[in-house]
Amino acid sequence: MKGWRELEIGAITEAGSADSYNTGSWRAFRPRWIEENCIQCLFCWIYCPDSAITVKDGKRGEFDYNHCKGCGICAMECPGKKGKKAIVMEEEGK
Amino acid sequence: MSTTPLRLKELSKKKVLLTGGHRLCSGCGAPIAIRQILLAAEMPIVAANATGCLEVSTTIYPYSAWKIPWIHTAFENAAATISGVEAMYRALKKKGRITERIKFIAFGGDGGTYDIGFQSLSGAMERGHDIVYICYDNEAYMNTGIQRSSATPLGANTTTSPAGSVIPGKMQPRKNLTKIMVAHGIPYVAQTTPAHWRDLMTKVRKALEVDGPAFINILASCNRGWRTPTDRAIQDSKLAVDTCFWPLYEYENGRLTINYKPKEKKPVVEFLKTQGRFKHLFSPQNEYLLERAQEIVDKEWEALLREEAMWKAEEEKKEQ
Ligand SMILES: Cc1ncc(C[n+]2csc(CCOP(=O)(O)OP(=O)(O)O)c2C)c(N)n1
Ligand code: SF4
Ligand code: SF4
Ligand code: SF4
Ligand SMILES: [Mg+2]
Repeated sequence: MKGWRELEIGAITEAGSADSYNTGSWRAFRPRWIEENCIQCLFCWIYCPDSAITVKDGKRGEFDYNHCKGCGICAMECPGKKGKKAIVMEEEGK
Repeated sequence: MSTTPLRLKELSKKKVLLTGGHRLCSGCGAPIAIRQILLAAEMPIVAANATGCLEVSTTIYPYSAWKIPWIHTAFENAAATISGVEAMYRALKKKGRITERIKFIAFGGDGGTYDIGFQSLSGAMERGHDIVYICYDNEAYMNTGIQRSSATPLGANTTTSPAGSVIPGKMQPRKNLTKIMVAHGIPYVAQTTPAHWRDLMTKVRKALEVDGPAFINILASCNRGWRTPTDRAIQDSKLAVDTCFWPLYEYENGRLTINYKPKEKKPVVEFLKTQGRFKHLFSPQNEYLLERAQEIVDKEWEALLREEAMWKAEEEKKEQ
């Protein structure tokens, strides 16, 4: 933490610097992606509060576990394939 | 510049302007809405943010989750701040010092919008600034520990309307801020939720396109205050809409359109029963409150239906 003499005047000057802050340690449950059940609907991506689902060229990639807080919204909203979810929540540390 | 189609595949190629690493609670509804708003915008945005969960938790020093110019404002004056910025922009544009088209959004919670920032909001709208005011309504003052606001619905248990032997939660119904904004006669007013992402993004685009003031009220669930599991944000928003507790509608130049009419309107208890803040309403002595809650929803929904029918009838008459 900076002392008051070193503070920049009035503002946080780096846009999006929260990206370097780890909130992954908050997780009690960890989402796991089961790619074979994924239909690439991207509902998980649009509904994740923590921008923790990576997408490249319009395709879903892995979770960003540095930011995922384990809320379970993605798993809840995932339609999956033939009734099989493409995201399951598992207890951390097990 | 061509507009990005409102399809997730296309949208996902855009830059996400609210990063992870913010400190809003796990499963909070507000950042879901903000991500969608910023994704919908197709021009540079400058935002002002009234204090509240969103403001505090996205900008804990020395971090910021925002990738746009963003101004902290006090609790009560986000609308005044953004109107000042918009006025400066207009002046600089006239002098030729800015040529780019920039749009201005103020964000406020329900406390900051329905209550303490209300006169500032009303003033900015009346002065006709070219701004969009977006309220993320989680139905209480959450950041300071769940106090009731004028957006808190009837019967909700909050720390300043505690359900117990003296009162059964909040004794007053919430006020209808969206309708109050309509009464300002501004060009665009709408209500939506982040569960209905396409509806939300369409409305944000319309609001940004308007030349003049626009207001959007977004129901943004709060699992801490609503007393729900952390994975409920989208489910509860859908229930709010399917029960007509929070209808999706918009007013374009005063003309109402209901954007979604549930095939079968669910009873409001479907929305209430999943949330701990309403738990006490399900004990026998409080049944009358469930009935009142249903009456309030029915009355507001029927009024909307009637009004829309009236507009349609009038337009048909004109066509003949
Ligand atoms: C004038 C003033 N009064 C009180 C506060 C303390 N305060 C900070 S945030 C907040 C609650 C905000 O509620 P709301 O606008 O609904 O946003 P939420 O936290 O629910 O997202 C309060 C009371 C303040 N910052 N300024
Ligand atoms: S569990 Fe929550 S935070 Fe983690 S990826 Fe899913 S929606 Fe995002
Ligand atoms: S919600 Fe499920 S099916 Fe859709 S993209 Fe995400 S993981 Fe795949
Ligand atoms: S208290 Fe509610 S609104 Fe505030 S960050 Fe937590 S979930 Fe979001
Ligand atoms: Mg609030």
